[in-house]
Formats: sequence, C-alpha cells, structure tokens
Amino acid sequence: MTAGNGRRAGSPYAPHTDADEAAMLDAIGVESVESLFDIPEEVRFDGEFGIDGMDEKALRQSLSDLFARNEDLTEFLGRGHHAHYVPALVSDLSRRSEFLTSYTQYQPEVTQGFLQVLFEYQSMLVELTGLPVANCSMYDAATALAEAALLANRLRRGASGHRVLVPAHIQDGRLGVLENYLGGSDMEIGSYPMDDGAADVDALTDLVDDETVMVYAESPTVRGVIEERLADIGDLAHENDALFCLGSDLVALALLEEPASVGADVVVGEAGALGLGTAYGMGLGIFATREEYLRQVPGRLVGASEDAAEKRAFTLTLQTREQHIRKERATSNICTNQAWVALRTAMHMAWLGPDRLVDLATDAVTDARELAGRLDDLSGVKAPIYDRYHFREFVVRTDQPAPAITNDLAGRGFAVHALDDHHIQVCITDVNADAADELVAAFEEVV
Amino acid sequence: MNFDQARFSRDDVYEPLLSEKDSTTVEVDSEGVLPDDLTRDELTLPGLSEPQLARHYTRLSQMNYSVELGPYPLGSCTMKYNPSFTEDVAADPNAAVHPDRSDRTIQGTLGLLHGLQEHLADIGGMDAVTLQPPAGAAGEFTGILVAKAYHESRNDDRSEIIIPSSAHGTNFASAAMAGYDVVELPSDDDGRVDMEALDAAISEETAALMLTNPNTLGLFERDIIEIAEMVHGAGGLLYYDGANLNALLGRARPGDMGFDIMHYNVHKTFATPHGGGGPGAGPVGVVEDLTEFLPSPMVRETASGYEQYEPESSIGKVHGFTGNWLVLVKAYAYIARLGDSGLADSSAKAVLNANYLASQVDLEVPYGPFHHEFAATAGDRDAADVAKRMLDYGVHPPTTKWPELVSQAMLTEPTEVEDKASLDDLAHAFNAAYADADEVLESAPSKTSARRIDQVSAARDPRLSWQALEQDE
Repeated sequence: MTAGNGRRAGSPYAPHTDADEAAMLDAIGVESVESLFDIPEEVRFDGEFGIDGMDEKALRQSLSDLFARNEDLTEFLGRGHHAHYVPALVSDLSRRSEFLTSYTQYQPEVTQGFLQVLFEYQSMLVELTGLPVANCSMYDAATALAEAALLANRLRRGASGHRVLVPAHIQDGRLGVLENYLGGSDMEIGSYPMDDGAADVDALTDLVDDETVMVYAESPTVRGVIEERLADIGDLAHENDALFCLGSDLVALALLEEPASVGADVVVGEAGALGLGTAYGMGLGIFATREEYLRQVPGRLVGASEDAAEKRAFTLTLQTREQHIRKERATSNICTNQAWVALRTAMHMAWLGPDRLVDLATDAVTDARELAGRLDDLSGVKAPIYDRYHFREFVVRTDQPAPAITNDLAGRGFAVHALDDHHIQVCITDVNADAADELVAAFEEVV
Repeated sequence: MNFDQARFSRDDVYEPLLSEKDSTTVEVDSEGVLPDDLTRDELTLPGLSEPQLARHYTRLSQMNYSVELGPYPLGSCTMKYNPSFTEDVAADPNAAVHPDRSDRTIQGTLGLLHGLQEHLADIGGMDAVTLQPPAGAAGEFTGILVAKAYHESRNDDRSEIIIPSSAHGTNFASAAMAGYDVVELPSDDDGRVDMEALDAAISEETAALMLTNPNTLGLFERDIIEIAEMVHGAGGLLYYDGANLNALLGRARPGDMGFDIMHYNVHKTFATPHGGGGPGAGPVGVVEDLTEFLPSPMVRETASGYEQYEPESSIGKVHGFTGNWLVLVKAYAYIARLGDSGLADSSAKAVLNANYLASQVDLEVPYGPFHHEFAATAGDRDAADVAKRMLDYGVHPPTTKWPELVSQAMLTEPTEVEDKASLDDLAHAFNAAYADADEVLESAPSKTSARRIDQVSAARDPRLSWQALEQDE
C-alpha cells in the first residue's frame, strides 16, 4: 500500500510489520486495532485534515524553498534578542542524541551527564551574578522577570505592598508578559521615567514607597544604555523593603559590575545570546537569587549529592516547590523549561572561557561606540542620542523619517529597527561587525 | 538484553566538573572602555581548550539515557522518536531571522507559522491557534487567561476552575497563577469523571473545567458530551489538556467533543525533541467565540502575503517574542512528513503498543479499556524500587506513583515507535524487576553510570553550584 510521494501509508516512524501486528493483536485477544479505541460514535472523527504527507527529501526541499522567501538581510537588530557567533562545537555536541532526545532527569542514575551540564550551567551563572542560587532555566527574560515579581510578592505576603516598578524603556514583550503573570494577583505595575536613557533616580526616589515590592532595572537597557547608578537603585529598593531585580545578559555580566555587589536580590535576563544564535525570539531565561529565597525559587534546580557507591552524583532537588508535588501551591506552574538551550549556553561559555568572554563583552562596548561615532559623522544623523555608555546597541536620531530610512536600508540588504518617526536602533555584535563598513556606506546613501 | 551504561569515574567523583579541570581568573582591564567603577574586577571560569571540552561533553553524553538508546515509556510524557531531518530543517540559515524584522522581509518564517496554526487547528477541531506559549504549562496558563478574558468581556465574574484529582500538577498551578480557586474533582470507581461530583462542583462560579482525554489512566471520558453540556449549561468553558492527544490523532478531535480551549504539547504529539527538559512549545487552540482574545501577534494570510496582527481583544503576551521558534519548525516538519495517514497511524500503533505491552506484563492493570497508556500497579512492591531495578535491564522505567488513584502506580506509555521486540524487552524488564527480591530492588540500580542517589541529603543540604561544593571542602 502506498500513499502520495511513493511511500508506504502510515507513520514512517511506527516500525510494525504486518506479522508483528497480527501477533500483537492475538496476544491482546482482539481482532483489530480499531476495536481498542473506546470512543463513543458521536464524537468520532471520520474526516480528513487534508494534510498530504511528504517524503523526507521532498519535504526538506519544500521547506528550504519556503525559508528562501525570507529576504537575505544583514541584521543589526537587538532589543532583547541578541546573537553571537556560535561555534561548531556547540552545534555538534548539543545535537548528540543522548542529550537532545532525553527527557527531564526523573531517573538521575541514568541521566548524570545532562544533570552535570545543568549543574555546571548553574555554577557559571553563580560566578557571573555573584548570587549563590541559579536555577537551570526559565523560558526567556520576560517570563523570568514575571516570576521574579511573583517571588517578590510571595515574600511580602500579608504586607501592604503590591507594586512592581519597571523602567519606562522596557521591551514590549517583557512588559506584556509581566502584566499577564501579575493579572492573577492583586499586584500592579508602575513605570519610572528615564533621564537621558538611564533610570531617572530622582523620580524613582519619589515613586518607591512601602507599597513597592520590587524595583526592576536593566543594564544594559533595551536601548543599550549601561546603567551607572545600580547601587543607588538597589539602596532605594532596600530602604523600602522591596526587592531589587536586575535584568542583564551573560555577556554583559562578564564585564559590568557584579550584580551582588550592587545589591541585586534577583537577576533575570536573557542567556540565549550565547549558544543559540538568531532564533526568531526564542530564548533562555536567567534566574538567580539569594540563598534566603531558595525555597521560593521557581523552576528546576540541580544539586549535588552522593550515590550508593559513595561517589558524588547529581539530581534534581528541592522538588517540593514544584507543581507536580505542590499543585496549586507551587512556586510556579513551570515544568518543561529550556534545558537544552541551557546546555548550549553552558557549552558556549565554556568554549569562550573567561578571556574570550570578557573580550566579547569589551568589544560590545567599543564596537558600538565606534559604529555610533561613524554614523554621527554623517549629516542628518545624531548617534548615539544618549550621552551614556552603550553595550552592543544605541539609538540614532535621523532628520529624515526613520521608517523610510529602514525601508531604504532593507533595499540595500540591512535590517535595523525604527523606534519611532525619527529614531532608529542599531545593534552590533561579532556576527555582523564585518558588515559595519557597508552599513555606514548604506546609511550615508539613504539619510 | 544486557546493559551497562558508560561510567567515567575518578576517586570519589564521576567525570570531574569543568571547574575541577581548570579554573582561570582573568582581571578585567577596562581602561579606555568603561570607568573602573562600572566594571567587575575579575572573572573566574574554566578555561579549557576545544579538544578538552569535546571530550568532556562527549563523556557526559555517554552517561545519559535517551530515546535513541532505548524505550522511554514515561506515562503522559509521550517520548517518541525525534526524526533527524527536523533538526536539519530547523538549522536552515535562511530561517534564522530576528523577531523585529518587518513582515514583508520574513514571508518564509510567517508562512511556516501560518501553516502550523492551520494544521493544529484542523487536528484539534479548533478555529484558531496561537503558537506563542513556550511549553505545555505555559499553554495551560494562556488558555485559562483566554477563558478569564472571555468571561470578563461578558461582565461575568467567575472564581473557580474545576480540575480532576488525577490531572497533571501543572493544571492546578496554572489555574492558581491566573488567580482562580481550584475545585478538585474526584474520580468515580471506573477511573473517570464522577458525574455526581461534577454536578455538585459546577456552579455560576465555574470559569472552566480542565480535562485530559483520554485521562491519565488512558481511559476515554465516555460522558464527554454530557460533561460539555453541563459545563456550558452553567456558563463555563471546557479546557482540553493536550498531553494525551497522541491517542486520538485522526480519530477524535477535542473541538468535536465540545472543548472550547485546548493546548497541544508538541514534544509529545509531534515528536519535537524534549532536550532533557525543554524547550517545548504549548500552542493553544480556541473555538470561534474566543479567537479575539488570543495572544498577540497571530499570523494571517492576505492577498499581499502573510502578516502579523493583534486579535481584537487580545490578552497580550505570554512570551517576550513569539515563542520557541526552533521547536515550532520541527513540529511543522513532523506533521507535514506524516500527513493524514501518518498521524492516524501514530495513534493506532500507540494504542496497539500500550495494549500489547500490558498483555505481557505480570503486574495488574486495574482500569480499562485504556488507550495509549496504562497504569499498572506494583501491588505490595514499591513502584519506585521496581523502576530503579528496571534501569538495570536497559530500559527507562515508567512514571511512578502517579496518578495516585492507582496504588504504587507505574504509568506506562510506550508510544508508536517501539516494535514488538522492543516491547518484549520492556515487558521482560517489568517482569524480572517485579519478581526480584526486596534487597535486590532496594540496592538497584547497579548497571547505570551512578548508583542509587541519596535524594534526602540533596534536599536537606542543598549544594547547587561548584562554588558551594568548594565551600564545603
């Protein structure tokens, strides 16, 4: 029996021979597979979805053709989704099926390999944040931020506070997710203004009060500004018994002040910039915090223990926080997370080592500064618009309308982000740095 | 079949940690880059060469069980084979685009997302599907937020979600996160929804009933039409937990049973690799009346191509961007590879395999007729010990001690990818472990990379980083 494209009907991944099927039915004691289905007639689906199966070769060609419809643009885009060069070691070893096709480590004795990688990932986050507890992943920066706010609210349960303060410059998705996660509680979100692209600390001082459960700041901000007064923001939060949550990313953390030293109680952010590459917004959420909040942490934790041979071994631990045991009283509903991305990120960090990781971060400051300077030299362009230090990205003001400029740049093979009518955001990393000269030349033509 | 898992060990550890192989401290010199007070002083991380890392990770991979090594019959987790070609498809460099790109420049990406939205809607009998939730639990949360938005749009204030006691723990947690009180529903003697208890639980406070069908015992909820009428009659919505959809592909659709909202677990039903704990994807489908509340953005096809749009009364965002793209690509590729006949064959063989395996194990299976999974009972043996011993026979054991309805439960789901010989190996592992002496069970496993791990001390004295281990010394 054959279906379209010359292959045998049925699933190519169900290996049953006719003889096996007959023997199995015989062992069960039924005549047919269909008789095993206990589905009432009135809800049976006898129709067709209208999906024609394809053989592997034809399907790969078809999807290759489909993706070729994406325009081949060199992207200078960031705003929470950053890409650095991912070495072949990461792509190759992360695809080993022992890692890729395993499940959550419910049986740690046969999954020591993955558990150790996750333990090492947690440890690298501890080093970069200075905080002693890091979980082995959240979905992305947005959900990590939302979980941090829920953690802050749990800690303050019974107190009067219920407000989370976030910067006016925040990626839309992060704010949107935060709103949805807080919608199930009595919490509310307040926004504090920016001063020249960084937190307006004076305005924030007026806004933080005993209603505040958490103050969130980012460095770098969504517009690439390095926040210079993190310690002051942390002090403000603590003076009002609020948590200080810092959003960052692993590359930035290799260079910038250690979060623990500026008083961060929780560090969230995006880790996918290492190990994942550009993936249409798919990410890896960082979540690190202080020891005292350990039992309030959402998500999975890998810990060290000992096995019956008295050797060190790893296991998922403190699971009484989690949904499969605590149900509606769990710290979060998260179950499956981003473990395989964490594995890739850990591999990428290990491949870089401390030297190259610091170099990568240093380049993010100097390359952005240099590119901004070159754009600033063009007439009708001001870059960067903020008199601040920048990391990877910066905002450009253009005399000509920004949407028209981004369109013209797309026509010349470049993707940049129009913030509004006269502002464009540009992001540079090791992935696109080689094309910086061409971008500047294209800019010159279109502004 | 004999089995010995790879085991690298040295003194009192298995493979040493990266930090034990090398620890390098670099001073951060930011002169000319940033002011000193904005930077850290130093950074300490392992500084190993690529060959050293290749060996480290390859050794660790060998100390890890996976579905390409053997059967992985975790009930309600649906660990099936992940077709290799889907990895190549997802790695297509043309598919690696940034989410801030304009619609016009990413027609291929949007075309795939639109195609997946359509396929999933057809498979579930739904009218529209969002792909944004990054995992099944996130899908549940999204679905409940949609239900909440729907009720609020009608100025109908409801406070409760009804959930069977045998449901996945995420159901309870997701409902609570959305701000609802959970009403737990007992099962009847047959292992299905207790209709009298349901009748008593439903009220004008009922926002939704969350159901898995087949349920976590593998049983089809035969009264589903009546259940739907009862819930709808009280103004509530019916939510379908898609964890067990693999049992129904091409044979029944949640939308036809009266479900209003459902999530799909793509790693379960559509063979995307679980990756040792994610990334997953938990798309959510809804019926017509609820489409306006779906998260933003959605993708639609217009005369001039694909475009993203915000549904009229959208709940907003449940992920910073648009979800786990790479996973969605693999799910689409799998569905397109199988087509109608392949999808229907998956459920046929999944149900055949579960029933055949159950017929070959010596353990009692108290509830039936089951579909893609069955809950055997280890009786007076400890199910967790039996499971540990099964590892020594070279297979991954089932989910243990859940659902609680079955004492010492071993919830088993072989999926369609196992052939008869593999199922016979699995049955042998079940039966041999079940028959082994108490002391053998209690000291198992012995053929795995690590021996039985002390869970109690791991939790009592949490050591969650290599820094914590160093402090201990």
